[in-house]
Amino acid sequence: MVRMTGAKALIESLKREGAKVIFGLPGGAILPVYDVLYDEADLRHILVRHEQCAAHMADGYARASNSVGVCMATSGPGATNLTTGIATAYMDSSPVVAITGQVPTNMIGRDAFQEADIVGIMTPITKHCFQPRSAEDIPRIVKEAFYIASTGRPGPVLIDLPRDIQQMEADMEFPENVKLLGYNPKLDPHPLQIKRAAKLLIEAEKPFILAGGGVKLSGAYMELIALAELLQAPIGTTLMGKGAVPEDHPLCIGGVGMHGGVANKVICESDVILAVGVRFSDRTTGRFDSFCPEAKIIHIDIDSAEINKNIRVHIPIVADARRALKAIYDEIIGYASKPSVRRSEWIKRVNELVEAAKEYLEHEDGKLTAPAVIREIRNLMPRNSILVTEVGQNQMWAYLHFKVLMPGGYITSGGLGTMGFGFPAALGAKIARSDLPVVDLAGDGSFLMTEQDLATSVAEDIPVTVVVLNNGVLGMVAQWQRLFYRRRYSHVYLGRIPDFVKLAEAYGASGVRVESLNDFKEAFAKALKSDITTVIDILIDPEENVLPMIPPGGSLKDMMWRR
Amino acid sequence: MSAHIIAAIVEHKPGVLFKITNLIRRRGFNISSISVGATENPNLARITMVVEGDEATVEQIAKQLQKIVEVVKISRLNPSESVIRELLLVKVHVADSRARSDILGYTQIFRGRIIDVIPDSMIVEVTGGPNKINAFVELMKQYGIKELARTGITALARGEKV
Repeated sequence: MVRMTGAKALIESLKREGAKVIFGLPGGAILPVYDVLYDEADLRHILVRHEQCAAHMADGYARASNSVGVCMATSGPGATNLTTGIATAYMDSSPVVAITGQVPTNMIGRDAFQEADIVGIMTPITKHCFQPRSAEDIPRIVKEAFYIASTGRPGPVLIDLPRDIQQMEADMEFPENVKLLGYNPKLDPHPLQIKRAAKLLIEAEKPFILAGGGVKLSGAYMELIALAELLQAPIGTTLMGKGAVPEDHPLCIGGVGMHGGVANKVICESDVILAVGVRFSDRTTGRFDSFCPEAKIIHIDIDSAEINKNIRVHIPIVADARRALKAIYDEIIGYASKPSVRRSEWIKRVNELVEAAKEYLEHEDGKLTAPAVIREIRNLMPRNSILVTEVGQNQMWAYLHFKVLMPGGYITSGGLGTMGFGFPAALGAKIARSDLPVVDLAGDGSFLMTEQDLATSVAEDIPVTVVVLNNGVLGMVAQWQRLFYRRRYSHVYLGRIPDFVKLAEAYGASGVRVESLNDFKEAFAKALKSDITTVIDILIDPEENVLPMIPPGGSLKDMMWRR
Repeated sequence: MSAHIIAAIVEHKPGVLFKITNLIRRRGFNISSISVGATENPNLARITMVVEGDEATVEQIAKQLQKIVEVVKISRLNPSESVIRELLLVKVHVADSRARSDILGYTQIFRGRIIDVIPDSMIVEVTGGPNKINAFVELMKQYGIKELARTGITALARGEKV
């Protein structure tokens, strides 16, 4: 036992959990912790310019490093500013530990200055919330917070620390193990379900693998590819699953869902779907009641509440994706006749569909369009690199046209669809993987929501490349208005304000505007090598649509390929 | 749509009831009754809920509740294999001696007890399953119910099952 303050115990505990960096912004109710950080050499603190960015950075850091990201803010507005980032991490199952200051315990409930009921606010958007009422609980709570955030289905955890608890001295004991009565994630699949799944997959004539974010979270890409190759089953990904397998693999046929491509056609023709680490979001399935009604579905997920939530499935497997895939593989290998021979017809059909779809994704050569820019980004970025997107057209163009070659090399706000996520998440990813180039593919609308953290990127020396597809409108909203609201463009014009080149320069970053594809190639290649953040402003046509798409309320069969 | 009983064993910590009811609200489910009380273990509490919905909805509620960290165990109780009890307190108007003797008689039949008496009203306590309580409340209506309180059900599975 060591005697120290709650604040000191917090920092000590964070280090014991392996935290390397905290993204945060101080304020009154968290000052005792910041006072400890003043002398701290082993834990880097990144000072953000808005707490929302701290949460997104911690999230980006977590996704890029497969470890827990930590963000910190003061009470009241500092804490509420974190919420959008925490809700984003919750929807995408990202392990983040958020630490907030709180007014002293004797002031709680008295509407004190900068008091907000952040536990009440965060409860629906976190896996768990703690509010220590005694300093000696802090080491145990930090241990539990990291354990809960990073195990099972990962997600954000809040520690709300009243100021007097930070200041209180106590004899601290740092526990080695976690004991939680009501929390025990189930990792191993049920052997009987594995047998049933293997049998169904062997007997399938047209199997399809739908890979989601869970594949990335459990690090199951090798197991997934091995099983796909054994079964000769095409792999389609959800938005969160994009990059679960390198997309130049011949069996990987791209994304499923509202802005999916040919994989939507293929999944509709399949007879058995192995859905792994997916939650059957409405953006993936289209209308629930008409999602592949003929196919039998095997669903692997670590969260039992996802089974039968949106789509009724035939064989549920509650387990870690990696273990379940390996178990199915081993089970199938045990059978005498391998299925791959019988599948040649199915693969032929899949290839036919893929070929036929190609013409829809082709664009005029040399023109400065979003798909062309994205293709050049792919050509110029090394295989091992990370593309982060904002939300809207930029994100869906990337979903359709950017091939992720490094597992985990694609970071996006899938579930919550948070505009402004991309840039801070890119900074977090870059901190986690300073060895890799990190690019934020942005729209002008999204980038404006968090651009103030260009200051953080410059001050803290975190160089990323921001590619702004600048069409001067809230592009995806405008697209819906164009297609479904008779071109009644209600409140979507942004007017190409500000001048992003000057904006970047004002922060001490580098800014460049390009007017041709060749200029872009040159600017982008230079930006990748630059040791300061570069914003590349590309003026594109505001009338450009992301196609194909499934109209809202439609099913996967109702794909709109052209306007 | 029918009523289902969910029993939750939870850690006895601040905010747990909030988490449970908030989760049910946020997922758009409906609770028709909820009761909370101590168990044989001082660190644990038992929450008994009656929720409305079809089988799929109730299955989803149970699974979502199980995810709350302080929830140790969720069980679904089958009404035909469970002991289900609810406590009723009802303050009934007593107009005359005829009414008084009628109410006393009904209370006896329902194995209830008279808890408090003043000249023009009395408080009756009845325990039992919801149907029995409903029946008693119906009977009391003719005399005029001044106030009524029901605890909502609490329940245990019969036999060895825990």
